[in-house]
Amino acid sequence: MTSRRPNYLLSAIALALFSVIFLLPFAFILFTAAMNQEEAATFRFSWPDNWQLIQNVKDVFRTRDYILVVAFINSTILTVASVAVMVILAAMVAFVLQRRKSRWNVPINILMLAGLIIPPAVVPTIWVMQELGIFKTMHGLILVEIAFGLSFCVLLFQAFISTIPRQLDEAAIVDGAGPLGLFFRIIFPLLRPVIVTVVVVQTVFVWNDFTNPLYFLPGDENATVQLTLFNFQSQYNTSYNLLFADILLITIPPLLLFLFFQRQIVSGLTAGSVKG
Amino acid sequence: MANTVQTKAAVRPVDTQQPRATVARRQKSPYPFWFMIPAGVIYTVLFLVPAAVAFYFSLTRWTLFDQEFIGLDNYVQFFEEPALVSGLTHTLIFAVVTCGLKVVIGMALAVLLTSQIIGRAFLRSVAFFPVLVSTIGVGIAFTVLMNPTRGAINGALGVVGVQGPGWLTDPQWALLSVAFVDVWRGVGLATVIYMAGILSIPQEYFEAAKVDGAGSGQSFWHIVLPLAKPATVTVLILSLIGGLRSFDLIWAMTKGGPGFTSDVIASVIYKQYQAGFYGLSTAGNVILFLLVTGIVVPLFWWFNRKGVEA
Amino acid sequence: MRLGTSRSGVLAAAVLTAGSIALSACSAGSLGSSEQSTPGKTQITFLTNNDPNNVKTANAMIKAFQTDNADITVKLDTRPGGGEGDNLVKTRLSTGDMADVFEYNSGSLFQAISPEKNLTPVSDAAWAGDLDDTFKKVVTAGDNLYGAPWGPATGGGVLYNTKVYTKLGLKVPTTWDEFMANNAKIKAAGVTPVAQTFGDTWTSQIFVLADYHNVDEADPSFAENYTANKAKYATTPAAKAGFQHLEDVHKAGYLNKEFAAAKFEDGLRAVATGTAAHYPMITFAVPAMYGVTPKNVNDVGFFALPGTDAAKAGVTIWEPSGIYIPKTTTDAKLEAAKKFQAFVASPKACEVQAKVAPIGGPFPIKSCTLPANVATAVKDLTGYVEKGAITLALEFLSPIKGPALEQITVEVGSGIRSADAGAKLYDKDVEKQAQQLGLEGW
Repeated sequence: MTSRRPNYLLSAIALALFSVIFLLPFAFILFTAAMNQEEAATFRFSWPDNWQLIQNVKDVFRTRDYILVVAFINSTILTVASVAVMVILAAMVAFVLQRRKSRWNVPINILMLAGLIIPPAVVPTIWVMQELGIFKTMHGLILVEIAFGLSFCVLLFQAFISTIPRQLDEAAIVDGAGPLGLFFRIIFPLLRPVIVTVVVVQTVFVWNDFTNPLYFLPGDENATVQLTLFNFQSQYNTSYNLLFADILLITIPPLLLFLFFQRQIVSGLTAGSVKG
Repeated sequence: MANTVQTKAAVRPVDTQQPRATVARRQKSPYPFWFMIPAGVIYTVLFLVPAAVAFYFSLTRWTLFDQEFIGLDNYVQFFEEPALVSGLTHTLIFAVVTCGLKVVIGMALAVLLTSQIIGRAFLRSVAFFPVLVSTIGVGIAFTVLMNPTRGAINGALGVVGVQGPGWLTDPQWALLSVAFVDVWRGVGLATVIYMAGILSIPQEYFEAAKVDGAGSGQSFWHIVLPLAKPATVTVLILSLIGGLRSFDLIWAMTKGGPGFTSDVIASVIYKQYQAGFYGLSTAGNVILFLLVTGIVVPLFWWFNRKGVEA
Repeated sequence: MRLGTSRSGVLAAAVLTAGSIALSACSAGSLGSSEQSTPGKTQITFLTNNDPNNVKTANAMIKAFQTDNADITVKLDTRPGGGEGDNLVKTRLSTGDMADVFEYNSGSLFQAISPEKNLTPVSDAAWAGDLDDTFKKVVTAGDNLYGAPWGPATGGGVLYNTKVYTKLGLKVPTTWDEFMANNAKIKAAGVTPVAQTFGDTWTSQIFVLADYHNVDEADPSFAENYTANKAKYATTPAAKAGFQHLEDVHKAGYLNKEFAAAKFEDGLRAVATGTAAHYPMITFAVPAMYGVTPKNVNDVGFFALPGTDAAKAGVTIWEPSGIYIPKTTTDAKLEAAKKFQAFVASPKACEVQAKVAPIGGPFPIKSCTLPANVATAVKDLTGYVEKGAITLALEFLSPIKGPALEQITVEVGSGIRSADAGAKLYDKDVEKQAQQLGLEGW
């Protein structure tokens, strides 16, 4: 952070280590995804004898009547809607919780912490959803994902709101900003680095979730991407090449999202300097 | 100002700035409670209420179709579980190893990735890639890589002349192997939280330190480490809770095996749930909740108290 | 002020909810052929497990059924197998949300879904008389029959490589001692005597579970006493033998080198290609063998797990899962579901199944015949069935099967725990389950 000139030796070591530790496993997944079934079953880590990635990807898409396409659409709707709402609601809670002291703070914090610790109770949740008439609906599932994700977001936001000087709030209030203006125009933009983190993490979480959709929105027309992995893996027979091709395919959307936000994090570097 | 930055005000007993502003705020607070209502409603209805209902069922024998109130029998039975003691030990080992490594490696990577090195953006992305893959995907890939005879890891070790162990099949190694994979998958997240923490440290501090002639080592000890404390606490708490509760990766890789040698409390509970022992597994969850709370809350409190003293 | 804040809170919640509803309105469900209700057509949903081979069979069955019943469309829904599947089925039944007709295990797992409360009895259906009596038992609760068979019955024992046997001049063993003597000769010839595949933990249970025929021959009242908490694995010599066998083959060094990590498919490949002589397994593995090594399928034979008395040798039988209709299916859908169930129980369905994938055993439907070209192992199995030398597996006779059995058998089979300690631990596991089921006498 302090030295201006890049450290070449350190850079070289970092590049080499990062490549081996973080990239090689992905290379393995990619190579296996490009093999035929027999070769993939040998678990060899090598260039495939016959590169058939495109063929395998096509096979993965064709399986079960293009269920993967349906799954992609479902997972996208679910993820975008729940993460967007979750982030805004959680930031609002964290903001008030962090800024305003009251006797409710401790119990609320404990309830939030409970959300991280207690696993959701499936059957009672279904009962509640049936009462509300939102069982087996997409918006019901979205609300469930929001409820289960809130704790994590609030905890992260709270930690970082505490690093934003109160003087900023006071200046804005003097300028005549109401609560909504203060929050959405001043605080929320400053939270960008954390928001990026939260968005990416929750996106990965919701995108990769398969238990909640399985119970709260059952049915093959409501399949989500994780469920498609079962098409190639069973108790009795596993097509490793197709399985790994599917893993690759369903990892692409979160990967794209991350690469997109990656630039945001970098730009946050300069924007992040908070003037007190 | 420095005080505001480094302490977590949420648990600070007395806010020094509060009294002066109180009169004005009592009229109309800029931090209205209704901000919490939408989230609170969703959270209460879809999480807290079902969880409370579930708690009742921990006192019953529950098949989902029938229920019979049996008092604390499930709790008694849970404590008689043969795998409980070993499961408890494994849980603690797993949590401490993963949490410790994530805190240390995450911090180191964050400092590295916020320093002036070549290919910084690339390295940042690379370290985060594993976070993006689903547990099932990570589990499948590493189970194959860690295969004792045909896996690539032991293949590579063989080239160097080292006979690698049966990572997931040797009772001595299974739990640690899964812990390593968990760190591999989760350290990117710890790094990003740390980076966000480091990046939110006002640049002026570093400049001031430089003017005073501080080296990069000193900046780290005197600026980054103390000012990134909210980030450290967050990483620590999240990964400790995650580690204590973790079972998804263990389930995907070893199912608690070979035998019971990588069984943790959460996987014992999950197995009870899978076996249809709904009341018993709910009781297990209550106990796990108490265990995690008993470890995490004092830690949380201790960290914030230290913050006040600083 | 109070009023003001709560009003805006409700407003914000409403706006957010409206937003998410608007987003979710374009669910992908409308893409599929799902909820189109063509006039005059009844659509029913059929839920089955998502094993790729099973999905293939299910699709073929649906297609054949729809050809015969043009006024009904069947929509296929899938669920995971194993414990997750058990939970899903129970959850959907208990919340009144089951598919119109569904596939699920028979025997003790069937009993655990409260059939009398949740399922539509079909005792008076025309096809009921055509069912094999043993199968009827495992889909009956109280006085009523609830299910039609989904697939063939299969047998547990040992898959063996016939070429290795011919080459070494070995005879199919009828006692455990003969089996171990064969293993010694096989090892001396440089072939792995027994393949074990603990990478798929469920495969480790066969020595214990498939030994039940021998347990029953030694002590016909075991199942009853075991359910009543009067007989234990650790104290019944015939029952403990299964654990002992696991320990013995490991101790003697008869296992394949990578038994701890090997997968089910590896075991099949080994026994089919002759790198291993024996693989303890259930014959439902035969279809999978066609997937792994199609050329070698007929080099694999089958024999029952040998016990102590050659004269009493016989096979432990696993009945297929069943097709059931939940009580929540009514009116036209109920009629359609019953037609589908009847079709599944018909000889025509047997033909369809045999055409889609190789068959792992005899059908529990009297008017069905096995195709002539079934695999050698299945022919060997039918030999035992025709002699009547069969016993149902314990999980069909008693509601108790300890959930940790597969971990315990992995431990005993890889030398982490002794047979004795394993049997004792399993008894404890069983006790827990019996208590959770609320059985009498525990």
